[in-house]
Amino acid sequence: MTAPRKGRITKISGNMVTVSFDSPVMQNEVAYILHQAERLKSEIIRVRGKLAEMQVYEETSGLKIGEEVEFTGELLSVELGPGMLGQIFDGLQNPLPEIARQCGFFLKRGVYFKALSDTQVWDFTPLVKPGDRVRAGDKIGFVVEKIFRHYCMVPFSLQGNFEVVSIENAGTFTIREAVAQIKDLDGKIYPVYLSQNWPVKIPIQAYAEKVKPDEPLVTKMRLIDSLFPVARGGTYCIPGPFGAGKTVLQQLTSRHADVDIVVIAACGERAGEIVETLKTFPTILDPRTNRLLSDRTVIISNTSSMPVAARESSVYTAVTIAEYYRQMGLHVLLLADSTSRWAQAMREMSGRLEEIPGEEAFPAYLESRIASFYERAGAVRLYDGSTGSVTIGGAVSPAGGNFEEPVTQATLKVVGAFHGLSRSRSDARRYPAIDPLISWSKYKSFIDEKQKERGHGILRKGFDVAQMMKVVGEEGTSLSDYVDYLKAEFFDFVYLQQNAFDAVDEATPKERQIYVFDFIYRILESEFIFENKDTALHFFQQLRQLFKGWNSAPWQSEEFEKNEKEIRVFSLERLKKG
Amino acid sequence: MQKLYTNIIQIAGDVITVEAENIGNTELAQVITKHGTSLSQVIRLDGKKVFLQVFAGSRGISTGDKVRFLGHPMRIATGNMLLGRIFNGSGIPLDNGPDLSENLVDIGGPPVNPVKRIIPNKMIRTGIPMIDVFNSLVESQKLPIFSIAGEPYNELLARIGTQAEVDIIILGGMGLKYDDYLFFRDTLEEHGALSHSIVFMHTAADPVVECLLVPDLSLAVAENFALEGKRVLVLLTDMSNFCDALKVISITMEQIPSNRGYPGDLYSQLAARYEKAVDFDTAGSITILAVTTMPGDDVTHPIPDNTGYITEGQFYLKNGVIEPFGSLSRLKQQVNGKTRDDHRTIMDTMIQLFAEYRETQEKQAMGFQMSAWDMKLLKYGKLFEDKMMSLAVNISLEKALDLGWEILHDCFSPEEIGIKKSMIDKYWSKKV
Repeated sequence: MTAPRKGRITKISGNMVTVSFDSPVMQNEVAYILHQAERLKSEIIRVRGKLAEMQVYEETSGLKIGEEVEFTGELLSVELGPGMLGQIFDGLQNPLPEIARQCGFFLKRGVYFKALSDTQVWDFTPLVKPGDRVRAGDKIGFVVEKIFRHYCMVPFSLQGNFEVVSIENAGTFTIREAVAQIKDLDGKIYPVYLSQNWPVKIPIQAYAEKVKPDEPLVTKMRLIDSLFPVARGGTYCIPGPFGAGKTVLQQLTSRHADVDIVVIAACGERAGEIVETLKTFPTILDPRTNRLLSDRTVIISNTSSMPVAARESSVYTAVTIAEYYRQMGLHVLLLADSTSRWAQAMREMSGRLEEIPGEEAFPAYLESRIASFYERAGAVRLYDGSTGSVTIGGAVSPAGGNFEEPVTQATLKVVGAFHGLSRSRSDARRYPAIDPLISWSKYKSFIDEKQKERGHGILRKGFDVAQMMKVVGEEGTSLSDYVDYLKAEFFDFVYLQQNAFDAVDEATPKERQIYVFDFIYRILESEFIFENKDTALHFFQQLRQLFKGWNSAPWQSEEFEKNEKEIRVFSLERLKKG
Repeated sequence: MQKLYTNIIQIAGDVITVEAENIGNTELAQVITKHGTSLSQVIRLDGKKVFLQVFAGSRGISTGDKVRFLGHPMRIATGNMLLGRIFNGSGIPLDNGPDLSENLVDIGGPPVNPVKRIIPNKMIRTGIPMIDVFNSLVESQKLPIFSIAGEPYNELLARIGTQAEVDIIILGGMGLKYDDYLFFRDTLEEHGALSHSIVFMHTAADPVVECLLVPDLSLAVAENFALEGKRVLVLLTDMSNFCDALKVISITMEQIPSNRGYPGDLYSQLAARYEKAVDFDTAGSITILAVTTMPGDDVTHPIPDNTGYITEGQFYLKNGVIEPFGSLSRLKQQVNGKTRDDHRTIMDTMIQLFAEYRETQEKQAMGFQMSAWDMKLLKYGKLFEDKMMSLAVNISLEKALDLGWEILHDCFSPEEIGIKKSMIDKYWSKKV
């Protein structure tokens, strides 16, 4: 072992520290500031001459000029292995429950814990035998983590082909014990453990190919699945002003989305919200697996009062964990709330580096950073033929609720679907407050294309008529326009809006969506006979009431069929004959 | 150890630069001038250059003045000795009482570990129907009062403070007029609340930078009480002054402004304070109510905008009343299901009808015909405004719910308002 390379602090400004050094340093290398007994994690983000500028992942009060800094020679990495499901990490992958056990109520500066337990034992089952040829990402065995086969894989960092030299028999191991030895063409031996390290800012690419995301990811939200769908391996963003319900939407998605694993990255948002998730998930059963929701969830929590620099690392930590589970052939959904806070952290650091500011003082590289983050999503075909996916859904918090701002615009350029929340919809208590007139999706819906278009069409028409009515009043609107307006309102009320407090209505499965959409399509296409506007209004109000009951009736139950019949009979009365 | 430094090499705005060695970031220093001694804090270190933000402002500081570093960050005494006391923005007594130095704690301490928080579940009753019924305040909530100059926001804050059922009240005043300071002091005294209150008061006449410490001082003291199991209510007014002070310092430090001159870290700065609101697992709680005056009544201005993203809702005070639209308590669902069984029904129904009333008002203003239903709504809206919205109303939650039924009864028939039959049966005929 050579002595660690060291440097000394020459400048401190907020969470940026400048260090002088005289041995080589690496961009994005992790370094520790030695302050009395504390070791504060930081990362080199710029090197100029003999000075390196570092962002410190901790609060910097008390640091002094001349204090020592120790360079590690490593990039910021996470440890990937069994034991992450159900865990709550901070942005640097420290397990928060462990910190609470050791430090009490508060997060202590410079206290770091191993992400995974050294002592927990796992039942290992081998999948290869000596002599087999393997490469990075190949599965050599598995352990069972909660409900999944957690595969032990050849380290992603190894390049080329390898031969299995030895492999342990089935038995129990900790993550610190090697379960196999492999050798490269030159005969050099590498051990394989149940866990491995990976630098967070580099995508894991140990797969055969990236494929086009075309399989829908069912979120059980009708408005999303039917009109603005998301694909497994795709990306989407949810921008919205405060109070429009971004977080509630993300929470509902994390509960109901049809994926194997959900990674939640709470990035610079309220602690209260993550508390709700982490206290309720261990008590809610996932209807698909009949296991606790927390068994399929990993939470990365860097709330708004936690160190700013770690916000950036929290989204990268989250996406790396998501990619890791994808390598096992699982479908993973990453929910990041909110990417704007991460962008703001970049802006803060850019300001301290005295870089020339771009729009609204965001750095010029904002767009490329956001793009490369979303590009880590994708559906992949693995070497063994199985497929896995990482879907990224990012909340965006635009300043002033104005979607023209740089973070929203940079995000819109790279995502496959846009779910724009509007203040007017949330003020009118129409939830989810996704505005169907501004949102879009490039993915294919499971709803018939023609029917879907009709849905979009009636919403646009209804909006136009409503605008007109504001000027000319109800009396100045023709009956047929007025009926279109009522149809649009009806479609909005009974299909697009969902009651999150109703056990049935809060999540609608795919089959039911197709069935009900078809039903509504026929109502939208029907011509009804009304004497005047009042009878039309009355008819649709009653229809709406009937649908409300139908929406709360469990799928394919007796009640469901009874309600459906009632609606058919009721609407037939008004139908134009022939 | 307490060496004096005399080489002040730069004075710009309220920031002075002195050459010194072995100084810690955010450490405190005394600047000793012939006009008196002022506290200052290290905000940047660059080689030998130490940048100090002087709380009393830089006016009258000469390049030959002395600087003494104290070797520790800002601290404040805590504990029961503080109750009933009034301090300024540097923690110096304003009430002729003794200086305190018991149980000193650093201000701006570390964040709470999220796993040591609990889901908030206790309602704080205020006696104001627009809050209790429609947007319940919940223990550990952080809630701003969005308002504009001229509105009675300080009166509202004082009233909530004196009527809320909490153990300790901490008032942090930033840039207040001296009259407002006297108003708060007298109100607390009149209601006998001063004995369990602590006041940190920065008035408009005090140096701008001094108000930067007020939230941190208030919250550090609050945190200490909360850890001892006390339920603390922190009232902050006006956070816009705090933000403006941040702007002044960041521009003096030549930081690149992000939006309308405010620093890029405004969100983080505000969050660091508001996130101190907490309900501790196995200890007390901190609830924060803060006034944010919106320049030009513009909710998209950076101060209210960033605040709204941090806090758990907002009360919107306009034309002397708490506006039902625009006001929101994100945590109300946690508590309003277990007060009285008709709470949510009354809340939803009355707000819905009030929204219709507003639409009718618009129609009326545009000269459209008024139907019988419109007339009913107009009557209802008037009653709602007089009996529920007015800030003069001061009744318990239960009385307010009864009053709600009474108003509905006076204006509508039961089938018109879409309330569940079981609720109607239970409450409709009940004569109040």
